Amino acid sequence: MEAINYLSPTAQMILFSALKIGVVFGVVMTAVAYAVLVERKVSAWIQDRVGPNRAAPFFVDYLPVIGPFLVKLGIFQPAADGLKFLLKEDFTPSYVRKVYFWLAPAITVIPALLTIAVIPFGSNLGGQKMVIADLNVGILYTFGIVSLGVYGIVLAGYGSNSKYPFLGSIRSSAQMISYEIAMGMSVVPIFLLTESLNLGEIIRYQAEHGWMILKQPLAFVIFLIAAFAETNRLPFDLPESESELVGGYHTEYSSMKFALFFLGEYANMIASAAMMVTLFLGGWTLPFIDALNLPAGSLLLGLVHIGVFLAKMAFFMIVFIWVRWMLPRFRYDQLMDLGWRRFIPLALANIVVTAIVVALFNH
Amino acid sequence: MSTKVVDRAPLTFYERTYLPAILGGLKVTAKHFADTVFKGKSVTMQYPEERWVVPEGYRGAPYLVKDQDGATKCVSCQLCEFVCPPKAIRITPPGPEGRPADRANAEKMPREFEINMLRCIFCGMCQEVCPEEAIFLQKDYSITGENRESMIFNKEKLLSLGGTHAGIQKWKHKLEEAQAQESFPVETP
Amino acid sequence: MTVKVNGKTVQVPKTMPDWQGKPAPTTMLQAARIAGVDIPHYCYHDKLPVAGNCRMCLVEFGTPMIGPDRKPVLNEDGTPKIARSVLPYEPGTPRGAIACATPISPGMEIYADSKATEQMRESVLESLLINHPLDCPICDQAGECKLQEYSVQHGKAGSQFVEAKVHKPKAVDLGPRIVLDDERCILCTRCIRFTRDIAGDDALGIVNRGSYNTISAFEPGKFDNNYTLNTVDLCPVGALTSKDFRFKMRVWFLKETKSLCTSCGTGCNITIGSREGVIHRYEPRDNDAVNGPWMCDSGRLNYRWVGRPDRLKEVLRTSAGGARERITWGAALETAADILRRAPQGGVAFVVSARQTNEELFLLKKLAAHTGALTDAVPREGEPDRLLVSADRNPNSNGVRFTGMAFTEFGFNLPKIADGIAQGRIKTLVVFGEEVTREGLGPELLAKLDALIVSDILPNATTAAATLLLPGAAHAEKRGTFVNVKGRLQRFQKAVEPPGDARPEAEFLQELVQAVTGEEPSRSIEGLFNRMAAAVPAFAGLEWARIGDTGVTVQS
Repeated sequence: MEAINYLSPTAQMILFSALKIGVVFGVVMTAVAYAVLVERKVSAWIQDRVGPNRAAPFFVDYLPVIGPFLVKLGIFQPAADGLKFLLKEDFTPSYVRKVYFWLAPAITVIPALLTIAVIPFGSNLGGQKMVIADLNVGILYTFGIVSLGVYGIVLAGYGSNSKYPFLGSIRSSAQMISYEIAMGMSVVPIFLLTESLNLGEIIRYQAEHGWMILKQPLAFVIFLIAAFAETNRLPFDLPESESELVGGYHTEYSSMKFALFFLGEYANMIASAAMMVTLFLGGWTLPFIDALNLPAGSLLLGLVHIGVFLAKMAFFMIVFIWVRWMLPRFRYDQLMDLGWRRFIPLALANIVVTAIVVALFNH
Repeated sequence: MSTKVVDRAPLTFYERTYLPAILGGLKVTAKHFADTVFKGKSVTMQYPEERWVVPEGYRGAPYLVKDQDGATKCVSCQLCEFVCPPKAIRITPPGPEGRPADRANAEKMPREFEINMLRCIFCGMCQEVCPEEAIFLQKDYSITGENRESMIFNKEKLLSLGGTHAGIQKWKHKLEEAQAQESFPVETP
Repeated sequence: MTVKVNGKTVQVPKTMPDWQGKPAPTTMLQAARIAGVDIPHYCYHDKLPVAGNCRMCLVEFGTPMIGPDRKPVLNEDGTPKIARSVLPYEPGTPRGAIACATPISPGMEIYADSKATEQMRESVLESLLINHPLDCPICDQAGECKLQEYSVQHGKAGSQFVEAKVHKPKAVDLGPRIVLDDERCILCTRCIRFTRDIAGDDALGIVNRGSYNTISAFEPGKFDNNYTLNTVDLCPVGALTSKDFRFKMRVWFLKETKSLCTSCGTGCNITIGSREGVIHRYEPRDNDAVNGPWMCDSGRLNYRWVGRPDRLKEVLRTSAGGARERITWGAALETAADILRRAPQGGVAFVVSARQTNEELFLLKKLAAHTGALTDAVPREGEPDRLLVSADRNPNSNGVRFTGMAFTEFGFNLPKIADGIAQGRIKTLVVFGEEVTREGLGPELLAKLDALIVSDILPNATTAAATLLLPGAAHAEKRGTFVNVKGRLQRFQKAVEPPGDARPEAEFLQELVQAVTGEEPSRSIEGLFNRMAAAVPAFAGLEWARIGDTGVTVQS
């Protein structure tokens, strides 16, 4: 380990960044897989079913009590799902526009994963900040990348060259553009308060002055709802809406390409959850306990901070899943009405009020 | 016009915030979630291990039945083949040189009787039309095969799956009635 | 004479032809038919003497009332008063008359749908069904059974008969082609009358008394003339069934195609019953100009060869080395056209068959004319009988003559052709549908040829020697026309698909003619026929559509 100290700072940066990227990527992929499982399980329970309880690898037989319990919880289901996706026939219909058809899944997944780069998912571990890229314009980067996500869906609809995907992607582009505005404006007050665009700074501000959810509840509500719309989750899943558009933009996709859309959707959920935790729930901090509220001094505390962050994120994931069964899908006009005529004015008003308050009291 | 236009009560401000809908949804989902997780109230049937009780009159796979003496009841009248909406049934009649029927006085039985279970729609028309009570929709609903050919059930298989059904025993009574009469005054060549 | 049927006034002739065609007083049944009313009947048949024993055609009727002054009694409005038929000793009860044997009288009214008539029919059917075994599921007649049809139309669901049915012999072997089920018999005697009066073989009769009445052959098992199977068609129920068709296929599956029998020059009209490409039976089709409602057993049973597994199914070419290879039709016709185009005048001979259609012969004639070829057909003679079978066993001898492929006497040119081959003048022989090795053109002669183009249906010594073999279609597999011995032009339709690569000859001959002479082929058999009618004097002025189902007589 000493050898690291002899490396140049640039080399160290590259080494640790690569390490962090690898670990974060692994964690996100696993999280996606298990988010799918949680989604299935929670959905099942809400609907009086039992959910996946069959997948059992050979070694389960050697685990007495725990093994069958894990099987019943479906712990091994994600592995089976992944394997299934890999082995399924990857069918490309004859009428699709091949280049876009193949490009779309990748364009959907990459922005979702890139967003995670700027999220500070912990304080520090050893001498390293627990964020892949500690950008000063972190939030701008996030919004920039998130807005790319729509291209994947639009391309999927165009490339499929078939009516349902086409309708799905048209809805999707309209929806995502609309709610991006509300989402972007909802977070402006936060920056007025923290006077920084760096997400680490925002967390530090929250550790000192209390969580943003308490100071900006309206911003939080708008951001949360816009996040639902941005991730195409119910009640805003019009681009997919199985009952009317068969499967929306991914109707024509199968096998791994379909899995990539799936992955992108859940990665988006994770990114949104992480964003909300960072912006409104104080990131890795926990108030009232100084050790947890300040950057970690030891390895153990660093890990605890990561745990705190993940726990908060998990909460939002559950919220995402649960809301799916609470509300029916919006009608398209209602969706647009909500976005343009409610949230955008509200967010604007929120900016103005916050700006006045900041101007009056801080100076 | 007999249409009656019902005026909708305008939503109150509270309702328009969507909060009652959200809270209602939360209440319902939370209740079901708790019932399933903590009280084990699940409606799922663990299929291959647990099976539902097939009710009387269920329309499962059509099979041929044998009579009380183990003879083939089907006389190859081909009415089922005719009536079968998806053309799943195919009968090969015995023809002039065919093997004699199991029951001598019924004269006729199919040389081959095939039901393509992939085509069959389990409508029960064959059972309804059968004048010999020879084909019945039974309780099998899970019919599987490894290829298309194996899903075409032949006469032997249909008879072995179908079991026995005595019914009105028309041919047996006919034979008894004929035997009870004094021998017919014309000698049959 | 004017009568009223179901209230409708019709003019009917005083006499109509009876079963022999002689004039006889018009019956109520015939009058009803003219009025478009079908009176149900079993024993009555147009072409058989009237027996009047089944009683199914009972109808209530009425006649104009005659007063004591021998003048018609009139109603107040001046119309004649009609007296309904009643029992003489029971004036309230309607009395029926059998429509098949009761002559009409002027002013008569026939009530074919009155309540009394319906009751009579109901009762007659109940009586006929007393001893009937009701075994339709195993009866070959089911589907074309008058007993079934009338029971549905006029019968009732139940029977008042509670005693045990009389059980009669079943599956009686009446003759080599006929099975009799006595239980199903309604004793209409149609079969007896046919074999006695039409076939001239008084072999059947009714024996025993009362309920035990049964049809029987004079010598059991020896009911054997060439027309026995007509009794199966005649039998309105399932008593007489064909051994050949026994338990073979339910009749409602059969696709019925109007065709012709090809077994002799008579050209009996037939209906081919086929299902999914398999011919199951031939049945005679009514045509008073040719065969009436009858046909002979030998012709009727001569269909199995169509479905024989050894049918020629591949287009074959023998290469110079002697090896046979399967080729496409395109390549085969190119080869044939090449041979015919390059042949010198008189270097080709054609042996055609009088079993081919006029259209095919017409096309072959074009090829023959183009090559200046010698042509001939093969005669086929047999014993005629007094009813239908003709001495000429070729179905289209007159067609061969009309198209000019042979002289009146067939086989006249065959020795010349043999001679030409032997001397090396004729290097190419085209054979259609004949086995020429039996006609003086033996294998040693055929070996001298440069090219032997053969089209046939079944393999034989000639097809084995062919250098180019073109599989053809049987008559049931194509459309076309024949001219029978009496000069009647009749057409037939396609019932089944030809096997393998085999194609209707007219189809590929048109392509061959186009390749040799450049003449545009016509797209359909109709067009080809019409083109032929314009070119062949005997068919002048005819069109395919005008031939109809029963044909037209052309000059002979």
